Amino acid sequence: MSHIKVELKQEQITKLKEICKSFDNEAGELINVLHKTQETFGYLPAEVQEVIARELNVSVAKVYGVVTFYSFFTMIPKGKHPISICTGTACYVRGAEKVLDEFKRILDVKVGETSPDGKFSLSCLRCVGACGLAPVVSVGDKIYGRVSPDGVKDILKEYE
Amino acid sequence: METIKLTIDNKPVEVPAGTSVYQAAKNLGIDIPVLCYMNLHDLGIENKPAGCRICVVEVEGRRNLAPSCSTTCANGMVVKTHTTRVINARRTVMELILSDHPKDCLTCPKSGSCDLQNMAVKMGVRNIPGQAYAEMSTYKTDFSPSIIRDMDKCIMCRRCETMCNDFQTVGALSGVNRGFMAVVAPAFEQDLEKSPCTYCGQCVAVCPTGALTEVDHTPKVIRALADPTKTVLVQTAPAVRAALGEEFGLEPGTSVTGKMVAALRQIGFDYIFDTDFAADLTIMEEGTELLTRLGKHLSGDKTVKLPILTSCCPGWVGFFEHNYPDMLDVPSTAKSPQQMFGAIAKSYFAEKLGKKREELVVVSVMPCLAKKYECQRDEFKVDGNPDVDFSISTRELAHLIKEFNIGFNELADEDFDRPLGESTGASVIFGATGGVIEAATRTAYELHTGKTLEKVDFMELRGMDGIRSATIDFNGLPINIGIAHGLGNARKLLDQVRAGKTNYHAIEIMACPGGCIGGGGQPLHHGDTSVLKARTKAIYSEDTNKKIRKSHENPYIIKLYEEFLGKPMSHKAHELLHTHYFDKSSKDIFI
Repeated sequence: MSHIKVELKQEQITKLKEICKSFDNEAGELINVLHKTQETFGYLPAEVQEVIARELNVSVAKVYGVVTFYSFFTMIPKGKHPISICTGTACYVRGAEKVLDEFKRILDVKVGETSPDGKFSLSCLRCVGACGLAPVVSVGDKIYGRVSPDGVKDILKEYE
Repeated sequence: METIKLTIDNKPVEVPAGTSVYQAAKNLGIDIPVLCYMNLHDLGIENKPAGCRICVVEVEGRRNLAPSCSTTCANGMVVKTHTTRVINARRTVMELILSDHPKDCLTCPKSGSCDLQNMAVKMGVRNIPGQAYAEMSTYKTDFSPSIIRDMDKCIMCRRCETMCNDFQTVGALSGVNRGFMAVVAPAFEQDLEKSPCTYCGQCVAVCPTGALTEVDHTPKVIRALADPTKTVLVQTAPAVRAALGEEFGLEPGTSVTGKMVAALRQIGFDYIFDTDFAADLTIMEEGTELLTRLGKHLSGDKTVKLPILTSCCPGWVGFFEHNYPDMLDVPSTAKSPQQMFGAIAKSYFAEKLGKKREELVVVSVMPCLAKKYECQRDEFKVDGNPDVDFSISTRELAHLIKEFNIGFNELADEDFDRPLGESTGASVIFGATGGVIEAATRTAYELHTGKTLEKVDFMELRGMDGIRSATIDFNGLPINIGIAHGLGNARKLLDQVRAGKTNYHAIEIMACPGGCIGGGGQPLHHGDTSVLKARTKAIYSEDTNKKIRKSHENPYIIKLYEEFLGKPMSHKAHELLHTHYFDKSSKDIFI
């Protein structure tokens, strides 16, 4: 997969090792280590996965396998304002896909990508439990209900 | 031991607690079809991800069909293995697998020995519903020096992963992504070349489809044979003769040395030589190196490292270059027999023929896929010309013999050419785990003690246990020997050596289960380890039948030293027959 080279600073490596240590460098704690790391670094670039693999004494391939299996983990840095569009059943039948298409068109990114200026990242999720407001969009912690394709540019304007 | 009573297809059966339904049915003679499941019992490897769902059965009282490979027997269970519901489900599963699988069976390298193809035949699949509009997952094909990964053909059985991670502990492969794009791949979906892969080929040996295959060198060999300006030499490794017959329907364990030589002559090789000759040469060099190191060690020289590790196996060499870069001075510097042969063929023998090295083409027939990579390593080239040009596997040789329309089973035995075709019993046992160190012991004992070894069979060095050790009495001097086969076992042994917890003088390591007889280039054993035992037996009976059974008594080896090399470890021998190793651990890091 395409990849932007990341050079880890010494203090970042130290931090990573600390995280692994806090889970006793147990191979069985891989998922917890990845969670904690993503919380700290925002994402899981290849170089970070290599350090984790070495610390937990598992293969890098295995770490990468886990990172790519769970949709929560990402190897791409999230934007300053992460946008999530609910494509659960209720939102979907009320036009979530058209809303998503509009976000993709305006930002010129695909799902899972981040805009080149690092401002917005786009992802889909399944049901936020607010089906009465369908279709639902979240930007960071803020929830928008009954979003129409026309309303997309107004949402984005709030973050300019 | 607690036992469980259940009924399968109306037959009562009693099995130990913990037995799978699949195994219980097998005890009754009911062979439930499996695809992803693999059990290499003697090696302690079981792969049962329950991923393919071909082995489903009906269990009374259960709503869903159960995968028999991973369903444990319970008391009173009533199992039906071939109801119409089961049969329909199996066919549907098969159709779904095939809907995302290429249909180029005619030209697929696995055609004829493909488990998926066989299963499709067994299930009677005649069409794949929805194929016209079904999407296919597709991936970049990965060409390494030894192995081709065509992951479009991967069915996610994960047998390769089990071999690579659990048995070999190489860790090059993992299941990555999920759903439609799920695939087995190295970290970051990089090419194998950028992974810690050793090219041992055990993944290829267990792959049920054409997803993992060897790089085919036979077209290049045919081109060389057709070139009138080239003299083409072939060398055959010890383990090949013990397995090649299986490709022609002969019983496992049938030794086909004479037929193999006859076939190679019919194909048109100019000289049919034997890697066994070079194995004898390896013993001369490695055995002398052992005695030299041992002598210095005993006289208190602290700079000398023991144990000495064998270096015949390129999978093993790759493994320690990746994983033990701090111990690169521990293995013997002796090249592998394949490379010793190439070096001697393109110097000593080329001189005898009055030809330049560029006019010779050296082909090796190996039970191994790592040998393809080994012969391409830069340090085994002179001005870009490799000592060994092409390396073909036992399977590729079988294809070549079939392509040349040779009736293999009807061939009369023929003998190797001289001088590089003469060998001893010591060299042929290189093909089985423990063989190299036994051969070395036969020679080192006589060189060290100056006495004749009456009993040349060292039974204590033989066997199939993953890690073995024995102490051999060198006329009052106890020599501690360690043996490991399979890289996972090698890692265990090496970790002990690294920690300074052992007192071995010499250790033999082979990357593949059973040694070369279980190599990644051998006829597929389809999970039947009794095949490996039969091949081992064939190797040892070849040894017993040889008149000369000690490497240093090979008359052509003696002549080679007299005419050309001087003595073992001489300057010339060092130049031609020894090598050095590289730290490859940094290559594992993705930057």
